[in-house]
Amino acid sequence: MGGELRFVQGNETCVEAALYAGLDFFAGYPITPSTEIAELMSSRLPQRGGRFLQMEDEIASICAIIGASLTGSKVMTATSGPGFSLMQEGLGYAIMAEIPCVIVDVQRGGPSTGLPTKVSQGDINQARWGIHGDHAIVALTASNHQDVFSITVDAFNFSETYRTPVILLFDEVIGHMRERLEVPEPGEIHLVERLKTSVREGVDYHPYLQREDGRLPMSDFGGVHRYNVTGLFHDMWGFPSENPRVVHELMRHLMDKIENHVDKMTRYREYFVEDAEVLLVSYGSSARSSLHMVTDRRQHGEKVGLLELQTLWPFPSALVREKARNAEYVVVVEMNMGQVLQSVKASVERPERVFLANRVDGTLITPIDIRNILRLIQGKGV
Amino acid sequence: MAVRDYIRERFFPHIWCPGCGHGIVLNGLVRAVDHLGLKKNDIVMVSGIGCSSRIAGYLDFHTLHTIHGRALAFAIGVKMSRPDLTLLVPMGDGDALSIGGNHFIHACRRNIDMTAIVMNNRVYGMTGGQFSPLSGHGTMATTAPYSNIDQEFDVVTLATAAGATFVARATAYHVQQLPDILEEAIRHKGFSVVEVMTPCPTYFGRKNKEGSVVKMMDNLKTGTTPIGSKAKQENPSLIERGIFVKKEMPEYCAEYQKIIERAMKGM
Amino acid sequence: MAKLKLKTHVINREWCKGCGICVHFCPKKVLELDEFEKVVAARPQDCICCKLCELRCPDLAIEVQTEQD
Repeated sequence: MGGELRFVQGNETCVEAALYAGLDFFAGYPITPSTEIAELMSSRLPQRGGRFLQMEDEIASICAIIGASLTGSKVMTATSGPGFSLMQEGLGYAIMAEIPCVIVDVQRGGPSTGLPTKVSQGDINQARWGIHGDHAIVALTASNHQDVFSITVDAFNFSETYRTPVILLFDEVIGHMRERLEVPEPGEIHLVERLKTSVREGVDYHPYLQREDGRLPMSDFGGVHRYNVTGLFHDMWGFPSENPRVVHELMRHLMDKIENHVDKMTRYREYFVEDAEVLLVSYGSSARSSLHMVTDRRQHGEKVGLLELQTLWPFPSALVREKARNAEYVVVVEMNMGQVLQSVKASVERPERVFLANRVDGTLITPIDIRNILRLIQGKGV
Repeated sequence: MAVRDYIRERFFPHIWCPGCGHGIVLNGLVRAVDHLGLKKNDIVMVSGIGCSSRIAGYLDFHTLHTIHGRALAFAIGVKMSRPDLTLLVPMGDGDALSIGGNHFIHACRRNIDMTAIVMNNRVYGMTGGQFSPLSGHGTMATTAPYSNIDQEFDVVTLATAAGATFVARATAYHVQQLPDILEEAIRHKGFSVVEVMTPCPTYFGRKNKEGSVVKMMDNLKTGTTPIGSKAKQENPSLIERGIFVKKEMPEYCAEYQKIIERAMKGM
Repeated sequence: MAKLKLKTHVINREWCKGCGICVHFCPKKVLELDEFEKVVAARPQDCICCKLCELRCPDLAIEVQTEQD
């Protein structure tokens, strides 16, 4: 590191990182608490010849970025819960048609209009299962601006590598909080560029024929290969097919290309996990409170550790199982009714030892909240 | 001309019903594109969902078969990224004006250079004959068994009010004008809307006792008249066809290019 | 423009769905549907090469080829 020092919001950090990753095109619709992302994009993107579009709604926003991605652009949209709900249909299309794109959801309280200006982490399972039909999904998060930067770049890299939408699940606290950011120098973080087909003009190009490594080289719309893109199950030429074998193989491919690369997509941080008797599992802004609590209790000799997840989907089950193996208690700290809790319980050897420390009142969970809940779990009283 | 140069022959015969007017639109569109001398690699066709949307699969362009009502939103993304490409956006009446109504009016308002073709057969055909926002009061449909109480949009009036800079109406009967109007729409620098009235003998025709497709085509002939004709004055119920709006307005991609230039200069 | 002279009606029987539009609207009644509900040029000698059948065919099943093509 040795880049420019900034004092910025998480939303601004996300913008800087997207530009660093090579963003060409952004379409969005104003919604708290993500609006700063659109505002900054409208200013920054045209400065480098990129394009910003304010669309008529979030549905149009995600559709526009998918269209732009097909021409070879790196694309992004940003929203919050209600807008993310509207985007589900387009998200499903991007999964089915395998179009790289990045969708930012700066989470606020829900359901419905909920708590527009307050923090929540209630969209974790919507990110996983918001769209209809079986599918795999990639969703990432971070708890501090340096990590917001790198995870945003990761989002673009995964999106290009696996030809899939990637969701960035930030929350209101991360989005609006200001803190130090050291902007990495160009070249400091590896960037994955679009894998283009090497098939020459006049030679039959199969847009949905996998290479041996499972990747699909793309040809830009407007290029020399004309092909079809559809949200229907399709064959290797991109044309609709109801052939059971074609349908089965595409479904397997859409699942496998994500689920078989969990290791490559797993990002996390760990603090004092080695000898932890109590393991906190958290992410996003609640991981900040968790870390504070852990470092504080360590000074009092308590063997508390933190596993901070940055990759939420595909869920890093093996990692969680491994890190939780020696803990007497596992406490999932999150600001919802236990969304990651369920995945943690499903991952560990002793799910009955997994507990929830949460707040769902639009207020950031504090280190004291976590400590109080832990004492209750341990039968020590508050 | 060789129609076959522009179609994906392996998918023919197409899935549309006997007499479906959508095939006539396909026919006319190919002729317009041929006459314009456009290269197939420079054309992107974006469609939505429904009978109309299948047109994309049959044409040998870059084709994007999207989701119901959203074709224009996808198309805007393509066009903004590659303003040099020609965008053709065929849609059905329900597709364009019910589920896609919001995208439609906003695309008109932006005046982005593309051609929206509303293949208006006044019915949801793919799902089996429900009324659409263009069916009209008093029509019959599988979801209006006691007759439809919904009033219909007038596509031309709607597109004009929303700011489209080229607005025209054609029919599947008037096949000599159809390619000419489509050609002029594509040539127009701005957002073009062409409503093409097409017969759906299978659902709309059957439900509304319009008889065979030949009879429905006859109705297009006798029920329409050129804009400003004397016949219209004598019989106001006739539907006018032709080019209603053609005006120059700042085009969206060109305007955005100016934004880029200003932003790069730091202004 | 010189008057077009008919070479042949190229009819794709696989694609024709027998809707009858071409038959009905042919100004010279050149076309007919056969017993398989497919279009045939029954009176080609009457054809004036207006190509309305070709333009109006929803199935792209007719091509009117002229000597000038």
